[in-house]
Amino acid sequence: MSEPALHTTLNLGPTHPATHGIFQNILTMDGEEILAAEQTIGYIHRAFEKIAEHRPYYQITPLTDRLNYCSAPINNLGYHMAVEKLAGISTNKRIDYMRIILMELARITDHLICNSVVGVDSGALTGFVYVFQERERVYEIYEEVSGARLTTNMGRIGGFERDFSPAAIRKIREFLQNLPKVLQEFEHLLLRNRIFMDRTIGVGRISAERALNYGFTGPNLRAAGVDYDVRVMNPYSSYDDFDFRIPVGSSGDTYDRFCVRQEEVWQSLNLIRNALDNLPEGAYHTDVPAYYLPPKEAVYDKMEALIWHFKIVMGEVDIPQGEIYHSVEGANGELGFYLVSDGGRTPYRLHFRRPCFVYYQAFPEMIRGGVLSDAILTMSSMNVIAGELDA
Amino acid sequence: MESAKAIIETLHAKFSPGILKVDHSSDMPVVTVESSIIHDLIRFLKEEPAMGFSFLTTLCGIHYPDDPLPLGVVYHFHNLEKNLRIRIRTFVPSEDPQLPTVTDLFSAANWMEREAYDFYGIVFTGHPNLKRILNVEYLDYFPMRKEYPLEDPTREDKDDRYFGR
Repeated sequence: MSEPALHTTLNLGPTHPATHGIFQNILTMDGEEILAAEQTIGYIHRAFEKIAEHRPYYQITPLTDRLNYCSAPINNLGYHMAVEKLAGISTNKRIDYMRIILMELARITDHLICNSVVGVDSGALTGFVYVFQERERVYEIYEEVSGARLTTNMGRIGGFERDFSPAAIRKIREFLQNLPKVLQEFEHLLLRNRIFMDRTIGVGRISAERALNYGFTGPNLRAAGVDYDVRVMNPYSSYDDFDFRIPVGSSGDTYDRFCVRQEEVWQSLNLIRNALDNLPEGAYHTDVPAYYLPPKEAVYDKMEALIWHFKIVMGEVDIPQGEIYHSVEGANGELGFYLVSDGGRTPYRLHFRRPCFVYYQAFPEMIRGGVLSDAILTMSSMNVIAGELDA
Repeated sequence: MESAKAIIETLHAKFSPGILKVDHSSDMPVVTVESSIIHDLIRFLKEEPAMGFSFLTTLCGIHYPDDPLPLGVVYHFHNLEKNLRIRIRTFVPSEDPQLPTVTDLFSAANWMEREAYDFYGIVFTGHPNLKRILNVEYLDYFPMRKEYPLEDPTREDKDDRYFGR
């Protein structure tokens, strides 16, 4: 009879510098090999779905900032589009294109963070520090557009609170000009780097079939070889006006996820350039007085504006009854809003379909049989954002 | 839209007495079914080639306290090949709310069902690991049910009566 195996239990997290967020994994290890992992999540649960049932619609946007805080504008604008779908508001092309520009900027920052962190976890800190400079420039664009940097609370139901300023457009143009050079250098650093390839190829692999069964979406699903992208499948915000490619991987490993994200950044750059070049004339907000605050001057000397201002601020606007599901392609997958309205001033039920809550449950299966250092890389390449995970 | 109608007809033909309501006014077909057929129906949606709803987008609880069956679960499925979506709703009583798990069909349902249990107290029979997921384990109520207020009602320093909450 053989000796019973000696297994070690290892606590990875909840606060561990290598996990980039607060989640715990209790690993059962045989030497360096991972046999099982038990996940604990919910450390930063803030009850957004409950809070949302008690707030007028326009006050929910700041909650969505705090889901995936690496790409807050996608959450904000996605939520606005969900409310617009429920209320039957259609926006003009200028608003749509402005939204595309901001959402793609957000996607770029999110992918830059994720990919550079994959670099950090495999021992290459340089790229991380280098691309963070570019992320900073995007935050300056957010600042021009919304006044905030991280939790942007961007836009309003029906459009934007202000138009792109000349400074905002100048900063976007500068960003479009600078990023390709940085991105190319970053790719030279890692993409064909022997050490990086050895560390990532075949690591944290998942098949297309398992990925679909686990509800994967976004770059993680595409890395496994399924070309599902909400922007193409259910175009919103006039994405169908643009021509862009959806990169797919083949083996669903860490390297493929890295490559898919990297290519998506290039595609997003093209999208932003096209949207900015073809930015149509028009209003930056829709004429929906029941949802969109009137200009402050009008509130002071026009009765109607004062009434609408009062109704919106006091949460007295009634929205049509109904239920809708609206999804957008978030930076890490299909970000969905299931919104039920009973006609009252607050949602009856608002459920967020948070992509990483759905796919993070596959993590134990993906790291089983691997070594600890690979598990860290797998986690960072899955792009699990604690705020979104715990809602 | 034609194929959506065909799908509803097939479902009617197969599960007729269990289908309580079909609604086409929403953004996707909404089918309300009895809880006794939910597992068979979802298996049929997933495994029948003509249906092809092999992707579970999301699953969440909902509470209508005034209804005879107050607690509900809403499933969203997606047919990725034909790009069709469908919403299935089912309701259970608040005493002993039980539904069969769909984790045997979708691995994704594991945490979604735990979330619905955590917030609404819906028990998914056959679930491999049904315990609280986002809240602390010793919580003795289900916070998303409508009877639980958002804020501590005994507090006197916060009076939001006039501010739309």
